[in-house]
Amino acid sequence: MTEMLNQKDMKVIVFQLMDKEYAISVDVVQGIEKMLSIARVPKTPSYVKGVLNLRGAVTPIVDLRARFGLEVKEMDESTRIIIVTLEDYDVGLVVDAANDVLDIPMESIEPQPEVVGSVEVDFISGVAKVDKRLLVMLNLNKVLEPIKRVTSDDI
Amino acid sequence: MDTNQYLEMFIDESKEHLQSCNEHLLELEKNPQDLSIVNEIFRSAHTLKGMSATMGYEDIADLTHMMENVLDAIRNSKIPVTTEIFDVVLQAVDYLEEMVMDIASGGTGKKNVRELVESLNRIEAGGAVVTAAVVETAVSSVVEVNNQKAVLSYDDYEMTVINQSSDQGFNSFEMTVQLREDCVLKAARVFMVFGILEKVGEIVKSEPKVEQLENEDFGETFTVALITKENADVLKEKVLKVSEVASVTITVLTHDYLTDGKRAEDDKVVQAIETAIATQPEPAVVKEQGVQKGKRNTGVQSGNKTIRVNIDRLDILMNLFEELVIDRGRLQSIASELHNPELNETVERMTRVSGDLQSIILNMRMIPVETVFNRFPKMVRQLARDLDKKVSLEIIGAETELDRTVIDEIGDPLVHLIRNALDHGVESPAERLAKGKPEEGTVTLRAYHSGNHVFIELEDDGAGVNRDRVVAKAIANGIITEEMAKTMTDRQVAELILASGFSTAEKISDVSGRGVGLDVVKNTIESLGGYISIESTEGQGSLFQVQLPLTLSIISVMLVELEKEVYAIPLSSIIETAIIQTSDILNAHNQKVIDFRGNIVPLVYLKEIFEMPEQHDESGGFQSVVIVRKGERLAGLVVDSFIGQQEIVLKSLGNYLQNVFAISGATILGNGQVALIVDCNSLIK
Repeated sequence: MTEMLNQKDMKVIVFQLMDKEYAISVDVVQGIEKMLSIARVPKTPSYVKGVLNLRGAVTPIVDLRARFGLEVKEMDESTRIIIVTLEDYDVGLVVDAANDVLDIPMESIEPQPEVVGSVEVDFISGVAKVDKRLLVMLNLNKVLEPIKRVTSDDI
Repeated sequence: MDTNQYLEMFIDESKEHLQSCNEHLLELEKNPQDLSIVNEIFRSAHTLKGMSATMGYEDIADLTHMMENVLDAIRNSKIPVTTEIFDVVLQAVDYLEEMVMDIASGGTGKKNVRELVESLNRIEAGGAVVTAAVVETAVSSVVEVNNQKAVLSYDDYEMTVINQSSDQGFNSFEMTVQLREDCVLKAARVFMVFGILEKVGEIVKSEPKVEQLENEDFGETFTVALITKENADVLKEKVLKVSEVASVTITVLTHDYLTDGKRAEDDKVVQAIETAIATQPEPAVVKEQGVQKGKRNTGVQSGNKTIRVNIDRLDILMNLFEELVIDRGRLQSIASELHNPELNETVERMTRVSGDLQSIILNMRMIPVETVFNRFPKMVRQLARDLDKKVSLEIIGAETELDRTVIDEIGDPLVHLIRNALDHGVESPAERLAKGKPEEGTVTLRAYHSGNHVFIELEDDGAGVNRDRVVAKAIANGIITEEMAKTMTDRQVAELILASGFSTAEKISDVSGRGVGLDVVKNTIESLGGYISIESTEGQGSLFQVQLPLTLSIISVMLVELEKEVYAIPLSSIIETAIIQTSDILNAHNQKVIDFRGNIVPLVYLKEIFEMPEQHDESGGFQSVVIVRKGERLAGLVVDSFIGQQEIVLKSLGNYLQNVFAISGATILGNGQVALIVDCNSLIK
């Protein structure tokens, strides 16, 4: 049992996009929701699916597939929304499926290799290898930079 | 002492006392004879001094102390009330405000007050010389003698503390402690003595200073001044118990011992006043009346029971209630589907109760506009002096209440409007006399409720808007064309001065007229969901009217449908809804317009603006249009259908989606769906 308490482990939520598995720390995850109805917000980047009512809070939703420039897929039974809490705001991430909660040893996380598929390298904070599974660790602050409308005043 | 937990209270109360000082000072300037007002100011200043000294803000305490001295001199008629004195005292209050603000924002509250303290000193001394020059010299010699007698010398502040505590039944002692010559740990012994003394009372002063004592930077003796309830013998015994203490001498600090000088001075001044009264009976009468009035006032104040509630808690309460409003909406829609009479009845009751609850909670967040208005009299006074104009400010309806969120935002625009009225509106005294107006201009600030809105009006009896000059300027700045100018009404011309890049002042002054002025005011007010209009008659004055919503958190909206999506349009910007025939839509330069009650109103297709995926025309020859306005300008928003009117809770889209075009927020509908709120202001150029 003492091994379970090993502080060098990191608890992560594993989710799937296309055929790859990604991981984010459980600390930032507020909850995982099945698909709810989303209100579209006009004049926003295409990866912003809209906003939904999350128990009284209006929460913006980002489609991670679109954010990573992957082929967009219709939502289905396995589609999940992972609600993550960043410093200033909550955002929901649309993913193909949320598979697992894992403890991964810190030492198994390596800096990202030069090429990791088509996902922009900026979004990745590292890669973890656990039992032959390759988990891509996301840098959420980069993935979810606030969206500001460029107005004529800014130029 | 750990004072952090009191800091908030200190700041709040200081602000209140400073505000009260400000108000009363201005009142006093109008009625210099009414000495009861001085008492009020004195009381505020005194409390402030006590609080700041306790909290360790010495600069504030010093400055208030000097202010108190001057006020005391005024109160005792030692010095006459003059404008110069007012300027200095008001400046002192300004400084105090700055220091308190500094503390509030986490600073130390330190400020160089020496200069001001000196000028206060001068006033006090100067005044005394005028009325009792002889007394002054006599007094100072007495004080000197006293100082020689006492081992410690006390400044005025310490003396006040000692006097006050003796009034409250405390004893004040001067205790000289002699340590043994072979004492090794002098600092430790000092520490122990201090420990004993601090348990039974409060140490006012020590000689040498505490730091020197801690560094063992003294001989064998040290002296402290102590305020305590214990008697001298007990104290002596206790201190002697500390080892290596050789002897303890205690002198009682009596009231007379300290204030001989002061009292002599007071007595003589009283005599001087009495003689003055004999020759001038009127002021004395006034004084007595004033005292009575003062007494009455205090009676009223204690009757008002309030508690302080942190505004955050009210915000939380509001948020929780908003959740309730959403659920109420949901319940209502479920009940209307089920047609169960008992359920309907319960839901109706709940709706009524929560409606009452809503008005109470909204009321709790209401603050009288007074909190914004009360800084204006001083500002107007200063501005009028700077501009060499004579202006009196009249405030009506300061008790009118507005939501806190609106109050927070409305201050700056009003400052701007007032500056504008004083600078550009009210003429110089000479000009006014030439026009046959009274020399003193009048600016009236008025607030009142009407329906779901609060109106704030600023009226001046100044020059008004000069149509020709404004038109010329507007044409020169490219805001309008000459053709447009010919057809414009006076009101439209007046409102040109709110356009951006407009400044009609012949010379640019410090006060207003940097050319960025009034359009900023207009934008701020519009962003609050309000709007501003001007009425002006040349030569007679102008009236600026600001209309504001009562609250910003729960608003009434019109729900409309666009391709299965629901949008909310605030009722405050809707003029009316209409269904028009497609054949009535006219084309003017690529812009579709309709003729609406004689006005040409441009149409805005919300579907295009909101990038609706598919656009097929199934209107069957009719279009639903919501006519909205921004100020005087109208637009028709074309929607698919109207759903109805509803009270909704305004929620922001959060920090992730910043500045979405034409969307001011979101709300949650009865069925749990999110609806976006249309920002009409950004749709009308």
